[in-house]
Amino acid sequence: MENIIHSVTLDKEKCKGCTNCIKTCPTQAIRVRNQKAKIIKDLCIDCGECIRVCPYHAKKAITDSFDILNNYKYKIALPAPAFYGQFEKATSINSILNGLIKSGFDDVFEVAYAAQLVTKKTKELIASGKLSVPIINSACPAVVKLITTKYPSLIDNIIPLISPMNLAARLARMIAEEKTPYKGDEIGIFFITPCAAKATCTKTPHGLKKSCIDGVFSFKDMYLKVIAHLKDSGDELSRSGFKGVCWANSGGEVASLDIENYIAVDGIHNVMHVFDEIENDKLADVDYIEALACVGGCVGGPLTVENNFVAQTRVKRISKTAADRPIANLPEVDIMWEVPVATRKQRTLDDDMFVAMQKLSKLEEIYETLPKLDCGSCGAPSCRALAEDIVRGYSKESDCIFVFKERIAQMANEMLEVQSEDV
Amino acid sequence: MNSFKVQYKVDGEDFSAAGDASRKLKKVLQNLGISPQIIRKATVAMYEGEINMVIHADGGVIDAEITPDKIHIFLRDKGPGIPDIALAMTEGYSTASNNVRELGFGAGMGLPNMEKYTDYMNITTQIGVGTTIEMIVNIV
Repeated sequence: MENIIHSVTLDKEKCKGCTNCIKTCPTQAIRVRNQKAKIIKDLCIDCGECIRVCPYHAKKAITDSFDILNNYKYKIALPAPAFYGQFEKATSINSILNGLIKSGFDDVFEVAYAAQLVTKKTKELIASGKLSVPIINSACPAVVKLITTKYPSLIDNIIPLISPMNLAARLARMIAEEKTPYKGDEIGIFFITPCAAKATCTKTPHGLKKSCIDGVFSFKDMYLKVIAHLKDSGDELSRSGFKGVCWANSGGEVASLDIENYIAVDGIHNVMHVFDEIENDKLADVDYIEALACVGGCVGGPLTVENNFVAQTRVKRISKTAADRPIANLPEVDIMWEVPVATRKQRTLDDDMFVAMQKLSKLEEIYETLPKLDCGSCGAPSCRALAEDIVRGYSKESDCIFVFKERIAQMANEMLEVQSEDV
Repeated sequence: MNSFKVQYKVDGEDFSAAGDASRKLKKVLQNLGISPQIIRKATVAMYEGEINMVIHADGGVIDAEITPDKIHIFLRDKGPGIPDIALAMTEGYSTASNNVRELGFGAGMGLPNMEKYTDYMNITTQIGVGTTIEMIVNIV
């Protein structure tokens, strides 16, 4: 089924209808119509590039309100490892985890811990030799959606493992049901997210039949709550090792895999260049590709507080305080996908190929008349995108400011000619 | 309309532009609703052809015609021609210059890959006149 739930939305009041977001969107999923940006749901991959680039902060990610915590008796926070890089004053991972507890949770389960289990399974799968190479990581949901949207021929290259976030949620629930009197709906699992893509993934996870997460809060929303408690003392909560924490940074996941023949690529546009290469059969000699949508890795997420370069260094520093205390009697959980990831519906011009061909000819014809400046003034990201929109019936040729100007000039000339005939 | 025709000009000596034509063809095939696997076959084959044109023939012209049952591609160049087609079809054989190899091209996989990804390939070549490669990728 097509997943049309998205976390990235628009605050219409704030949107000025500028062209910043349409130009940066990797899947050309945004158009400006009637001075407001509009997201094409079939194409949006929730990468959050538009959130990052919008000068008016009109692009937002939907996360939950803290009120939902009241619906649960036992509340567990799942911090993404990149959260540890947000605090200038934090001296240890433990202080941040205790800060989370003081902010209204009963327990924490580190996503970094689950990441280490994913690494273990990844190594097994690589060793089995059964995966299509180059293997592409599945932890970044924006990258997975990029593949199902723009690179469907690479779907079989994605490693079929659930993300550390979802694994953490499953384990946290099982452990809580074991050690507390609470069951089922009484336990609430909340992910602390650096990005919109993972926020969406808490509602509609790839590879899973249903989500194991009950709510999601952004780094930004959580930051002020936690920072107030950083100096408080607390229980020994840190469990993940150094390697799990390093997943926060680009290259952190592959560093644990003990392989040399890999590519670690970050930033969605860079990822696309690498995927183009794979599609052109140029990377058949590479075993593993760690592709992350944000520059620097998850520390560069659009919902983070700290500058990603600063945060990368902080993660490295604070990762040394990782306790590396394995959980005794950890329940066995299946990490493999329950359901395969499907190609999103491709945006063909028409289901009937003959009609599609006619439309395509018309598209090329229209494109030839456009100025090819890709200025974005029409509301489409490029002249070709405008030509496509016209053929689809969403736009008209005079939406192009240059075509429009030419027509006005032509009309003015004609009027002058009529006038001179009269004389 | 029973077919869609498109022509791409490939500039010689410009590696940064090599790949533009196959990228454009990919977009066209997506617009027409061709399956991802078929698109990949056609675009890889054409990409290799494009690279060959840039490396060996100072560019050329690509004509592609898409009908409901196949993608039919002609790569035409006015390059030096291929003296020994059988040898050129050998994996790893390359006449590319060191300059070209330093750029990561010229591994001697171009023609073999083109044959691998297409359902039909025919090379006509004349020394000093040029080369035409006809390729067909079946859609059904």
